[in-house]
Amino acid sequence: MIEALKQRVNADEGLVRRGRYLTTTFLLEVGRTAWLIAIFEGRIVSVTSGPFVMPSSSFALRASEEEWAKFWTSRPPPGSNDLMALIKRRVLKAEGDLQIFMANLRYFKEALAKLRPQGTASGAAA
Amino acid sequence: MSPRFEPVIGRYMHLDLFGRKHRIYVEEAGEGTPLLCLHTAGADGRQYRALMNDARVTAGHRVIAFDMPWHGKSSPPTGWHNEDYQLTSAQYTGMILEIMTALELDRPILIGCSIGGRIALHMALEHPERFRAIIGLQAGAHVDPYYDLNFLHRPDVHGGEVSAAIVSGLVGPDAPDGDRWETLWHYMQGGPGVFKGDLYFYKLDGDIRGRVAEIDTSRCPLFLLSGEYDYSCTPEETLAVASSIPGSEVTIMKGLGHFPMSENPAEFLQHLLPVLDKIRRMRAV
Repeated sequence: MIEALKQRVNADEGLVRRGRYLTTTFLLEVGRTAWLIAIFEGRIVSVTSGPFVMPSSSFALRASEEEWAKFWTSRPPPGSNDLMALIKRRVLKAEGDLQIFMANLRYFKEALAKLRPQGTASGAAA
Repeated sequence: MSPRFEPVIGRYMHLDLFGRKHRIYVEEAGEGTPLLCLHTAGADGRQYRALMNDARVTAGHRVIAFDMPWHGKSSPPTGWHNEDYQLTSAQYTGMILEIMTALELDRPILIGCSIGGRIALHMALEHPERFRAIIGLQAGAHVDPYYDLNFLHRPDVHGGEVSAAIVSGLVGPDAPDGDRWETLWHYMQGGPGVFKGDLYFYKLDGDIRGRVAEIDTSRCPLFLLSGEYDYSCTPEETLAVASSIPGSEVTIMKGLGHFPMSENPAEFLQHLLPVLDKIRRMRAV
């Protein structure tokens, strides 16, 4: 499912354009499963699943499977509708060089919301 | 299409605050009972544009919104370029009372959202005799910081972009697209460090947890309305405030977020109009 990120993000021209100054690799953890997501100038170039021996990333986003499952519904409940909502509830850990995350916060919110069932307004609630 | 003008009139008021000269932008519409509106942190009075354009409100109310100094079309005071802006409870309280006096408002209804909702609680506690009723939107007694506020004001993060991105999820899921992005645009337009400076009041200085239960609603009626999707001031936090203040009335607004009057005016008015009507009937008794 996480692999779908590449096609869905890259198909959104506006999102890619807003990310044109963003080149990085970040780590996404869904429970015990880790993914390295490489971005080049706003376009996702690879989504690689772990386990990794020595993963290198600028920052990591870590939450349980249950929390991501709620976030990735078409109408997430209050408290699960946004990355900052998860952080506020202390169920999402953002660690590493967060300047990259915060400087491109709209991009990361909208990119990860792409994993919601398609047909929902992209990024509207993100 | 022929042009259409709104009934909203804006003016600049020159006023001394805290011993310094200020140029403050004030908008108003309607006639009747004054309804003084306080915007959220890092935004401005445009958040109340729908109230000022709704005849159901303006037929009986003089709706007034000012941009706080440093916000919207109000300038920061001379010398600002060498300062860090930081809002305190004392300044916020003083500013509201001074502006009420300057505008000759006789016991207005006060409505404030977020930081405006917080200061509304301060006003209910400290100056209830100055208001005929107080309406706190997204009003909690305290919010713990949940991200590093320094990201709001540093040269390698765009202040406007990050401020809007921080708050974007606080808009409820049913907000019309135009109003959602208008609300976020206000955040994108904020001056450097202004949102952060407001949050000093919201997250540190303005903590009123220890005193909120002392609010006496027999001296001034208090209404609390909060959106279901607000994770900054959650419905639970508003309900906790309400349960500690006898006589306060609370409404949790389904589907709405942290900016009800701006993100989804039509839905919000469904909740606000009955409150305004109740306040009107209270006065008649």
